[in-house]
Amino acid sequence: MTVGTIAAVRYEARVEITHLPGIADPQGATIERSLPALGYRNVSQVSVGKSIRLVVEAADEDAARSQVDEMCQRLLANPVIEAYEIHLTALASA
Amino acid sequence: MRIAVVTFPGTNCELDVVWALEQLGGDAEQVWHTQPKLGGVDAVVVPGGFAHGDYLRTGAIARFSPVMGAVSAFATSGGPVVGICNGFQVLTEAGLLPGALQKNADLKFLCETVACRVETSDSSLTALATPGDVLRLPINHFEGNYVCDEATLRRLRDDDRVVLRYVRNPNGSLDDIAGICNEGRNVVGLMPHPERASDPILGSADGEILLRSLLATAQQRAAVA
Repeated sequence: MTVGTIAAVRYEARVEITHLPGIADPQGATIERSLPALGYRNVSQVSVGKSIRLVVEAADEDAARSQVDEMCQRLLANPVIEAYEIHLTALASA
Repeated sequence: MRIAVVTFPGTNCELDVVWALEQLGGDAEQVWHTQPKLGGVDAVVVPGGFAHGDYLRTGAIARFSPVMGAVSAFATSGGPVVGICNGFQVLTEAGLLPGALQKNADLKFLCETVACRVETSDSSLTALATPGDVLRLPINHFEGNYVCDEATLRRLRDDDRVVLRYVRNPNGSLDDIAGICNEGRNVVGLMPHPERASDPILGSADGEILLRSLLATAQQRAAVA
């Protein structure tokens, strides 16, 4: 696989989507209230988000990151209520 | 006077909206989401349901349907557009209305009739209503908890763009917001379902004044065009 004349690399992207500060997380709050019933009384700051994995082919890590960032802005996350983090791992070429 | 009722896979209130508008003398027709054009319509309703299964987020996929380009263009030209429930969520994801609808504060799906106060008569959905009117309207949602940043909320309040407020907040919605409009006041989104309160046999006919307002706004536009 090449992009132009540069060999492309396959990256696995893991996008972690979380609530922006100040946005209610009723699922996290409910789990946090439930854990003490099982004896876990030392737990706080439970938060529930989404994890999206995808594989992207790009010339280099910067190109892959900027493309996945664009995907997050346009579709994967809603910047009004969500924050996201992108984690990239280069995959061994097939 | 033609009203397009936009229908996505997963929409489930389109027939109720068509029925309610036709009872009031409107000429309503469904427009499938793959249509890139609306034709000569005078108003658009994006009805409730679960467009595209609400996958990823409510309304997130629907905004990319071909019909949404035409809905945006119609809204930009000043045409009346109303999003009900899931339709409200679609309009926020499409950027036609500010903010977002998040999960209800108590994490429960709500299906009940609630009291909503009309806050302004300056919108395509409340033109015939009187501020202070309290309407009994059904809600039916899991993600109806309106949220936006402080600057947006300030603008909504200062510009009198909160169209409907809950008398008793059922879902945690910011500032008791049940419905808002855009700067042009022609695009309105609301969580309650006026079409389900459009005949006394349904338990309330309070939604009629909202649908009549939409028809009156559409008629005005048709007369000008």
